[in-house]
Amino acid sequence: MSDPATPGEGREVLGPDDVSRALTRIAHEILEHNKGADGLVVLGIPTRGLPLAHRLAGRLASVEPGFDPRTQLGSLDITMHRDDLNRAPVRPIGVTRLPASGIDDRTVVLVDDVLFSGRTIRAALDALSDLGRPRAVRLAVLVDRGHRELPIRADHVGKNLPTASTERVRVMLEETDGRDAVLISGGEG
Amino acid sequence: MKHLLSAADLDRDAAVRILDTAAELAATQGREIKKLPTLRGRTVVNLFFEDSTRTRISFETAAKRLSADVINFAAKGSSVSKGESLKDTALTLQAMGADAVVIRHQASGAPHLLANSGWVQAAVVNAGDGTHQHPTQALLDAYTLRRHLVGPQPAGQDLAGLRVAVVGDVLHSRVARSNVDLLHTLGARVTLVAPPTLLPVGVEAWPCDVSYHLDEVLEQGPDAVMMLRVQRERMSSAGGGFFPGPLEYSRRYGLDARRLAVLPSHAIVMHPGPMNRGLEISAEAADSPQAVIVEQVANGVAVRMAVLYLLLAGGRREDVA
Repeated sequence: MSDPATPGEGREVLGPDDVSRALTRIAHEILEHNKGADGLVVLGIPTRGLPLAHRLAGRLASVEPGFDPRTQLGSLDITMHRDDLNRAPVRPIGVTRLPASGIDDRTVVLVDDVLFSGRTIRAALDALSDLGRPRAVRLAVLVDRGHRELPIRADHVGKNLPTASTERVRVMLEETDGRDAVLISGGEG
Repeated sequence: MKHLLSAADLDRDAAVRILDTAAELAATQGREIKKLPTLRGRTVVNLFFEDSTRTRISFETAAKRLSADVINFAAKGSSVSKGESLKDTALTLQAMGADAVVIRHQASGAPHLLANSGWVQAAVVNAGDGTHQHPTQALLDAYTLRRHLVGPQPAGQDLAGLRVAVVGDVLHSRVARSNVDLLHTLGARVTLVAPPTLLPVGVEAWPCDVSYHLDEVLEQGPDAVMMLRVQRERMSSAGGGFFPGPLEYSRRYGLDARRLAVLPSHAIVMHPGPMNRGLEISAEAADSPQAVIVEQVANGVAVRMAVLYLLLAGGRREDVA
């Protein structure tokens, strides 16, 4: 999970071109694995999973004209299913918007920026099961930084980033932060 | 936000935050599985010293939809009165480990006493005290107004520029007081309409306009008309005398088909319920397409879920209003 970052802090490990290439590759992987765009639903997890899901949907549509972002793209807020609600001040609730046809018997691809402890995805899976019964759930992340606390893995990863648990990984996106970058800061300091 | 005692305690940002949270929670209430796990393990006590069906059921539904445990404590018929016995009740609730106490009391100020006495650690939500405040009703009214009258993207917005007429028994109405406070905070212009006998002393100091003539106010084309219930149970002493009779009241201050036709087509008709059909509102008005009275009930659940979420979901002892 990334925090709102002050620009120019930390070491840049991915630049705008790297982010773009990673998303293009993930889009192809998703289509290859799904054998086309049939029955796909792409759900972004707010905050930064959302713009990533939108970009991914754009690429899916350009590769596979059968993919329609209007009916196959949505967002999934997980705030109400978190396991750490009473460890922090109250969090604002994000937006959940599902395609009108729902997620029953679809292949849902969850999209998030950073995979870390796995707890966000655990909450997302719980939230999904309240919304319907997908045929399969897959996970696409821009960065996998390791240090899992739950038995969860990603199916599509933009970049595997070995980190120390004390380091901080920040994903910045054009839509939310003004530019595309992945930064690492902190560590032994 | 540690407690919710009065609509006047909310500033604009806090109120908009509650409305935005309610909007997202309302979306979850259209699903097949309406229950969310968010407040699992928390206990909400409904402490009702006064008759109420819809508010109690609304709070109970809201708490259950968030997976909190609900204990209903109806004090009706017992010899409970303010002071010692409220204290004893509070200490009992504290011993049972209540995380939130939703209190309705016939005495104005009882929730304030409960919240500030140190008897309970729980968050206190005022569900109506005497003729003082009923903040969640004002919030659900503001939510309903915003949903119908503010743009296609109401998130983050207040009620700036809306004109709302609040009509009827203002004297006995905590709904009117809470709405004047909250709607004013949110930028709406409120006009109270009532016979002089049903207006409280000092009303000219409230942040609103006052009129004795419903027809004049309706001709100015308000965006919403909120009809208040004539609270006859509070008028019994000394033969009432607030108005000559029901017929005269409904002729001068009731919303009927003729007055409904005067309203602009976008205007909505609201009522906090329960309605006295034929007294302050006619059946034509209550059942017209402009009436949003049933929707207010549904919005009440979402708004109360938002309040419970914001009070209980964060870390304890965290003051983040």
